[in-house]
Amino acid sequence: MIRLEKRPSPSRLWTMLTPVLAVVLTMIAGGLMFAILGKPPLEAIRTIFWDPLFGEFAYYFRPQLLVKAGPLILIAIGLSLGFRAGIWNIGAEGQYIIGALVGGGVGLAMYPSDSPYLFPLMVIAGGLGGFVWAMIPAVLRLAFRTNEILVSLLLVYVAENLMASMALGLLRNPDGAGFPGSRNFKDYPAAFNDELISGVGMHWGVLAAFIAVIFAYILLQRHMLGFQIKLTGQSPRAAVFGGVSPSRLIIFCLGTSGMLAGLAGLFEVTGPAGQITTDFNQGYGFTAIIVAFLGRLHPVGILLAGLLMALTYIGGDAAQLNLGLPSSAIQAFQGMLLFFLLGVDILSNFRIRFRKREVV
Amino acid sequence: MTKPAPLLTIEGLTKAYPGVVANNHVSFEIEPGEVHALLGENGAGKSTLVKMIYGLVRPDAGQMTLKGQPFEPHEPRAARAAGVAMVFQHFSLFEALNVAENIALGMENAPPQRELSARITEVSETYGLPLDPERLVGDLSAGERQRVEIIRCLLQDPKLLIMDEPTSVLTPQEVEILFQTLRKLSAEGTSILYISHKLEEIRALCETATILRLGKVVATCDPRDVSARSLAEMMVGQTLHQPSRARRELGPVRMQIKDLTLAPATPFGTRLKGVNLSVQAGEILGIGGVAGNGQDELLSVLSGEVHAPKDAVLLNGNAIGNLGPNARRALGLLAAPEERLGHAAAPDMSLTENALLTGWVRQGLSRRGFLNWGKTRAFAEKVIAEFDVRTPGPNNAARSLSGGNLQKFVIGREILQAPDVLVVNQPTWGVDASAAAAIRQALLDLAASGAAVICISQDLDELMEISDNFAALNGGNLTPPRPAKGLSVDEIGLMMGGAHDMEVAHVDA
Repeated sequence: MIRLEKRPSPSRLWTMLTPVLAVVLTMIAGGLMFAILGKPPLEAIRTIFWDPLFGEFAYYFRPQLLVKAGPLILIAIGLSLGFRAGIWNIGAEGQYIIGALVGGGVGLAMYPSDSPYLFPLMVIAGGLGGFVWAMIPAVLRLAFRTNEILVSLLLVYVAENLMASMALGLLRNPDGAGFPGSRNFKDYPAAFNDELISGVGMHWGVLAAFIAVIFAYILLQRHMLGFQIKLTGQSPRAAVFGGVSPSRLIIFCLGTSGMLAGLAGLFEVTGPAGQITTDFNQGYGFTAIIVAFLGRLHPVGILLAGLLMALTYIGGDAAQLNLGLPSSAIQAFQGMLLFFLLGVDILSNFRIRFRKREVV
Repeated sequence: MTKPAPLLTIEGLTKAYPGVVANNHVSFEIEPGEVHALLGENGAGKSTLVKMIYGLVRPDAGQMTLKGQPFEPHEPRAARAAGVAMVFQHFSLFEALNVAENIALGMENAPPQRELSARITEVSETYGLPLDPERLVGDLSAGERQRVEIIRCLLQDPKLLIMDEPTSVLTPQEVEILFQTLRKLSAEGTSILYISHKLEEIRALCETATILRLGKVVATCDPRDVSARSLAEMMVGQTLHQPSRARRELGPVRMQIKDLTLAPATPFGTRLKGVNLSVQAGEILGIGGVAGNGQDELLSVLSGEVHAPKDAVLLNGNAIGNLGPNARRALGLLAAPEERLGHAAAPDMSLTENALLTGWVRQGLSRRGFLNWGKTRAFAEKVIAEFDVRTPGPNNAARSLSGGNLQKFVIGREILQAPDVLVVNQPTWGVDASAAAAIRQALLDLAASGAAVICISQDLDELMEISDNFAALNGGNLTPPRPAKGLSVDEIGLMMGGAHDMEVAHVDA
């Protein structure tokens, strides 16, 4: 009989090893699934994991990697702070949309400005938009003890409707012949979030994501606030005894994650997406939740997980095109990754013993 | 003269858990009608042993014989069917249901409510345990709740009644009532296996004592013929170090609570009602009382986790009622709560991180919010070294330590910060005897160095050993403190609320 035995202390080795193990297990199970679908499993796995980086068309795929990973990492870093403290912001998608609308709206209102201060102003407005949107669940939780999971999630749908209304109304391109969608930021140099180095995919949002990783790392490892965040998540009562104010922590965690999601939205809409449309959001806010957990809520882990998740997206697209894999198979593949990751997670806190069953 | 056949014979019972042998070839016999004590420190294997008798745990080796028949209960139901009943230390009762409903829930096929009520009344009168079957359990005192559990057992007409630390929730007066009931049961032929580490109780009640140490039977004796001290030494396996108290002069008043009334923070908490107390430098104030009478609430309001009106709490004459835990720490008021894992320490965090938990203000472990891990680790190592905490090092998680070692760490962490006032709740709860003695000595030394100590505890022996003054919590009221020296058990019991209006058992002796 297999038994799980709790380790006296969490195993450092297994904490590092489990994500790798999960990826390997996903490759095996995914390969099986592809084989059942009648596709060559090894080729499919190579198309997803190898070709985008080192294959024939890597010059096209590689920049995409950063473009897709940037917002995922930026949002996931913010979410991870709250998740560590047991504060569950599920509505990053909404904060992302509002950040894009507010920041983009500032730029569009100034059209056709060519001030060098315009883009920084838009960045601030975008962050502020996400922050304010995240303050709604924070304030409601503090004032009325509402559940921030539900409130933040439902506000995503409010944000989506606002987005549609803006794209069709207030922010619609006046020179757009009545088509829905705002002016294209690509034609508005002072407000455009261009590639910093041509052909690499690196834009301001990617840089912001890297900076966020470093800041989060220092916060969690070296700063009292980071310690309080971890403490609150692990033992709320010990945290209060240690002098942590739960209300201030809720404001900080929801506020920070909202702000970073808002920034991600702003950088996306003024760069890769290019304009505010009725559906410019791509679900980054939800996928970032997976990225945060895939990265063990650790800043460096999130950096790697964001890149890996971006890779499966790009590689998945390539596999659909080249091998004719159905998109649902790609989604199942991504689901497997999360499943195995959470499944093998138990190994860091438990060890497996093969011995006789006990009645306890 | 022939001896009657024993009721229960235990032979070579062995049970191993990963890393520890909880019971190692344990053998003893229980005679019919005998009150048999099972004595041992925390972790000696008492619980594992009774869990095997009650069918909750299966032994690895050995056998039991009940009434001449092989006895191998594989679940509690089988044990109950064979005539073994158990009253647990922690009650499993629903507060929102009445007595009869609670008892019905624990029965295999409960009779109709009216019939059951009649039987409860009958049994409770026979054994002198007056109890109204229609009363809500939520309204009962701890002693009365225990009666519900005992009656639940007696309805099964047991041959062997196991009682696990039954007096930890009772006042001395309530203990006496319980003992009368147990003596009557024993006179009628029911055997009682009585688990405790309270030596005087065992000497007053039991005819035979089996003493366990580290999973082995180390002695069997008649506790009435042996002194409490030698029982303790058999239990611990070494000569006990008696804490010594230096004579000390009391200094100025350090800490005061003035007429504090506070609604509980949680729905099942206790309301503090007009609490007054004052502690001087060099004094240890012992606060006794049955669990759940406001101990946690009093600690929270002293530690700053719960805020009080500003002027209700005074430290060195300054009003601090509205300050949080860290502001109070800065002023010299430190605390160590009862629950080690999850309140006084974070279980999954290392000892270094746990040293930071309460030490960062007074030890200067951070600068502008940035942590000095080197200094924090040094502080943790100092606590480990000076308080003899047995652990491979400060990087180990708090949960990997035994209860006694973690408690030494928690208490040491506060004492080494040189508090003006230290508040501790249950400082030696679940701690082995030598660690407990070390902790008590540390508290005495702290007071001797001029600090004021408030020690909240449910262990009256402990409070009598270290306190200068004694007060008791009862239903959120704190009695005026009295000098501990010369206080009789009866007086202490009355301060704790006496028998809580429980009717005295009508036992025809």
